[in-house]
Amino acid sequence: MRPEDYDMETDIAWCPGCGNFSILRALKMALAELEIPPERLVLVSGIGQAGKLPQYMRCNHFNGLHGRSLPAAVAIKAVNPELTVIDVSGDGCMYGEGGNHFIHNIRRNPDITTIVHDNMVYGLTKGQASPTSQPGFKTPVQVHGVFEEPFNPIAVAVALGATFVARAFSGDVERTRDILVEAISHHGYALVDIFQPCVTFNRVNTFQWFREHTYYTEHDPEDRLLAFEKSLEGYGGGKFPLGVIYRVEGERTFEENLSIYREDSTPLWRRSHDPEKLKRLIESKRRV
Amino acid sequence: MKRICDDVSLVLCGEAGQGIQTVETLLIGAFKATGYHIFSSKEYMSRVRGGENSTLIRVSSRPVRAFIERVDVLFALSPGAVEHMGDRAKETLVIADDGLDEEGAIGLPIIAEAEKLGGRIFANVVAAGAAANLFGVNEETFDGAVRSLFERKGPDILEADLRAGRKGYELGEELRGHLEISIEPQTSVREHVVLNGTEAVGIGCIAGGCRFMSSYPMTPSTPLQIFISENADEFDMVFEQAEDEIAAINMCLGASYAGARSLVATSGSGFALMEEAVGLAGMIETPVVIYIGQRPGPAVGLPTRTAQEDLNLALYSGPGEFPRAILAPGKLEDAPDIAAHAFNLAERYQVPVFLLSDQYLADLYYNLPAPVVSVEPEYHLVRTWEGYRRFEFTDDGISPRGIPGHGSGMVRVDSDEHDEEGLITEDMDVRRRMVEKRNMRLDMLRDDALKPEVIGDNSHALICWGSTYWPVREAIESSDADVAMVHFSQVYPLPHDTLELLESFERTAVVENNYGGQFADLLKLEGFEADARLNRYDGMPFSVEGVAGFIEEVLL
Repeated sequence: MRPEDYDMETDIAWCPGCGNFSILRALKMALAELEIPPERLVLVSGIGQAGKLPQYMRCNHFNGLHGRSLPAAVAIKAVNPELTVIDVSGDGCMYGEGGNHFIHNIRRNPDITTIVHDNMVYGLTKGQASPTSQPGFKTPVQVHGVFEEPFNPIAVAVALGATFVARAFSGDVERTRDILVEAISHHGYALVDIFQPCVTFNRVNTFQWFREHTYYTEHDPEDRLLAFEKSLEGYGGGKFPLGVIYRVEGERTFEENLSIYREDSTPLWRRSHDPEKLKRLIESKRRV
Repeated sequence: MKRICDDVSLVLCGEAGQGIQTVETLLIGAFKATGYHIFSSKEYMSRVRGGENSTLIRVSSRPVRAFIERVDVLFALSPGAVEHMGDRAKETLVIADDGLDEEGAIGLPIIAEAEKLGGRIFANVVAAGAAANLFGVNEETFDGAVRSLFERKGPDILEADLRAGRKGYELGEELRGHLEISIEPQTSVREHVVLNGTEAVGIGCIAGGCRFMSSYPMTPSTPLQIFISENADEFDMVFEQAEDEIAAINMCLGASYAGARSLVATSGSGFALMEEAVGLAGMIETPVVIYIGQRPGPAVGLPTRTAQEDLNLALYSGPGEFPRAILAPGKLEDAPDIAAHAFNLAERYQVPVFLLSDQYLADLYYNLPAPVVSVEPEYHLVRTWEGYRRFEFTDDGISPRGIPGHGSGMVRVDSDEHDEEGLITEDMDVRRRMVEKRNMRLDMLRDDALKPEVIGDNSHALICWGSTYWPVREAIESSDADVAMVHFSQVYPLPHDTLELLESFERTAVVENNYGGQFADLLKLEGFEADARLNRYDGMPFSVEGVAGFIEEVLL
């Protein structure tokens, strides 16, 4: 398949030069490489500039509520494991509003991929701090600058045992595509946090800044302790590692743990039940 | 010696942790097997140990289905039990544990005997044995009830409980000298089933084709979560305990979008967290059934008590304008059909549908002929095609609903205002038409509304909804007053002829378990104003006596 197979003729609402364009391109390239037909693909998103991405691709989409894309995504996959489900979110949507779902879906290990457009700022609401904003970052509401420690999604994901954790930089479309190919093909929950400059509201974390503050790591991603060490790099100075930070294969997924799929792989939505069984259930209530 | 011929009310009262619920299960099992009609309702405090919890069991040769205040026999197992029953225990035969030194009570060495048998833990079964004897259950039948409850716990525990039950039964012999109870057993009862309000709704959910449930535990909706979990393997359902209520309902919407009929269960404060997603269901026209087990609020309120306070919450939940239906079953006989119907309504009109229950209805038990669920799941999903538009404009506002991966079309849904294809738009003409498309289905929901049930051909009427069905019905049927009952099991939207029906009565009153009269106010919006209101908001359900007194003193 070709990346153009996912093209939509539509008016894109992102600012010219936005890092989101490269993520959209990398995602289409990855999906084409993986030969995932648009009718079997569901993009799930919340609210924010990232949340608009599904609008710009030819595929099924569920654009729900702010921060709530993961619960919907995990349920879609559970009801129909034959679908490829990708959750597209931003740093505010996933780590702020949706933080609780982020934590607990790592525990579930559904076979879905979460892509977080991490630009360290709120774009849709015009420039407030996000959970990943760097200390000192001044905004119209954080007038003295951010003093909270930034949320470290990579360290949280590794600590909770997410089965695939990666970080990418949208300025490098080819490598981002490669990371997305690995993430989507991974059997289990995959998190890809993508650094993405906001050209309108973040004058600090620019393309140039990300280039200077990142490097591609070559460590063994199956070594969890090493992965945890890597996940702390860049916070408080130095460079952020890019690439696959942590990966573990062979863990049971949420869907595989559901008893309905133990003996029968028919998607849940296709099942029906025998009215005789219900009669037996009712009759069993003769005994208290 | 006191003699009671029929319709005896037995209350067992003790601390949390004393196993009052076990006694309830044991005794209703034994009474039902004997051929007695039974009804039971419990009230308990929000604690795991201590406090005062009680279970009321009505035993009769005729069907009994409602809460009453009167207590004929009280088994007091804790020091505060008699005081806890207050005025209700005025003309009551009190049977108390010897250790309590309860004045005027018949003492039985319940706890002492339990200790001899291995520990205080057996006191509940000893008490149940004594009560069984007093009520004329034969010993084998009682043994059978003990077996049925404790068999799965292994031979040692079963043997110990059988011994405790027999000891209690022996102690009960003495009680027969104080009170003679004669209830005529009915053979038909043995063929009946015994359900609680949760099971009746749960059976309907399964019958309605429920495939997916996600919820967060909250009393009194937790029992429905347990019921669906227990039956999930047998009936091909998924139950997932969500990390919070917000996740629960958003999961349900994802599941429904992917083609599985979905159910979420919660209570007042939990539902308050779900409100935003009710709006999402309205916007993306995705069916979901929301079960609210009501309890008194606001906020945490009285977690283990009953109320009908969340009608307005359900009715006005979610931002913006979109249609919904609110059903409120009142009795076990038709709760399965009403719950199954909720799933069909949600599918047919692609809207959120509420099932309102409450602690009283969820937890009460009575026997009834095995219900036959007559509502069958309707399927409306389509296989999509090239160029499929999820929100296609149609004459009736209902677009063919496809799901991802079934057909060659793309199924696109969006919480932003969208066009027919599901793409974000700010085109004002499209916006106007989408608002109309969404809301025009309210008229169809109204055409389809369940009719109220009218009992009696009388001049005056008590109007009620949901769980108040039997207390009101028993009150009007046991009274000579010229009063009918009009019971609504669908409270929104109301059927077209509601106003005409209600205006046909001379005097009316609306009975509901809340302070403000939420349903009475809803009727006002229909153009009907009742003459009086009967409201109870102390956390307890209406009793037959309470309703009967109101008829005499206020209505007429």
